[in-house]
Amino acid sequence: MKDQWTDRLSEYLDGELAGSERTALEAHLASCGNCRATLEELRRVVGRARALDDRLPTADLWPGIAEHIGVVSLAARRARRRLSFTVPQLAAASVALALVSGGAVWLLGGRTHAPTATAATEVGRRPAPLINASAYPTDPRYAAQVAALERALQRGRSQLDTATVRIIEKNLKIIDRAIRDAQSALVADPGSAYLNLHLAQEMRRKLELLREAANLAGARS
Amino acid sequence: MELTIPGVATLRTDSDQAKRGGGDAEAADVALAASGDGSAFERLYRAHVARVHSLIRRMIGPDAADDVAQDVFVRAWTKLGTFRGDAAFGTWLHRLAVNVILARRTTIGTERVRYDDSENVLDGVAGRPPAPELSMDFEEAVGRLPDGARQVFVLHDIEGYRHEEIADMLGIVPGTSKSQLHHARMALRKHLDR
Repeated sequence: MKDQWTDRLSEYLDGELAGSERTALEAHLASCGNCRATLEELRRVVGRARALDDRLPTADLWPGIAEHIGVVSLAARRARRRLSFTVPQLAAASVALALVSGGAVWLLGGRTHAPTATAATEVGRRPAPLINASAYPTDPRYAAQVAALERALQRGRSQLDTATVRIIEKNLKIIDRAIRDAQSALVADPGSAYLNLHLAQEMRRKLELLREAANLAGARS
Repeated sequence: MELTIPGVATLRTDSDQAKRGGGDAEAADVALAASGDGSAFERLYRAHVARVHSLIRRMIGPDAADDVAQDVFVRAWTKLGTFRGDAAFGTWLHRLAVNVILARRTTIGTERVRYDDSENVLDGVAGRPPAPELSMDFEEAVGRLPDGARQVFVLHDIEGYRHEEIADMLGIVPGTSKSQLHHARMALRKHLDR
């Protein structure tokens, strides 16, 4: 049975009735069993709605999505990462990176200093952060991505052996130095297409190294 | 030199992220995915697909749910660059899903009976089996509401949007949203015990 107040019960339940209407409805509820019963049912409907469980689709939609966006599955990528990140391979990459970046830095003005045993030893002793938080101002989105990857890598640091950590740190130092040198050179010659390209390449290289390292740490955790 | 890292602080967490294992991990995955990492995006997909798919299924029915959910995630991938971190990723994705759903409503013919003011709306939808409430569970009953009532009910009572937001999304006035919600609730009372 409905009366003039029945259609206001949801608003009352949601706390949306103004003071005078609320008072009047509460007075009505005190004397109307039907409205009290209906209000209780509405309250249960709301509670039931909030308790509904989310369900997975019956079929995995990821393969179709991956195909659309052009990526491969997580399992396949993890398998590929396991194959491609042995310590000797990282060491070889370190040497190649040192040669390439060192050469570029030499071209930029001879300010280069090859990574020294002292630096490597210091890194090896230091228990704290795997890598330095970004030490140069840059595009905010790039900085945000670097910072997020650094945090992800930091979380998975314990999953990596010390040799791997040392190589990653060494490579990041080389890249950071190349970036700083490129930025310094650009102050003197801001219009240089070569310097701009080199800076962009080094920044991208850092992002890629961080991403791979974070993935490696994540894959082992 | 500037040591602050702009943008990171705005990658916020929410309770859903906490349930999924922490906002930091999700924020990192968002950053990774935005930089083109498909594995990170797959993790985001797996964390959010149940909620997104359930929203779609409840809003437009099960038949097109898989297709629309796939569309939502493909769009999310292409739009990740526009995600500014002003809201949690889950909130951003959810709103994107609502927009996709609302855009798809007309093309998949779900606007059959948008606004029905009868509390017996579950009995009056053309083509439905007679007396379906005898065997319907609550979620099924939600799915049988007319579109207008169902969308308002799902957005308000299940998803937690406010009437003003719902009115904005659906192109109606808040009073209509309130009215639709009440009629949906009244109709669903019969299905509480199933």
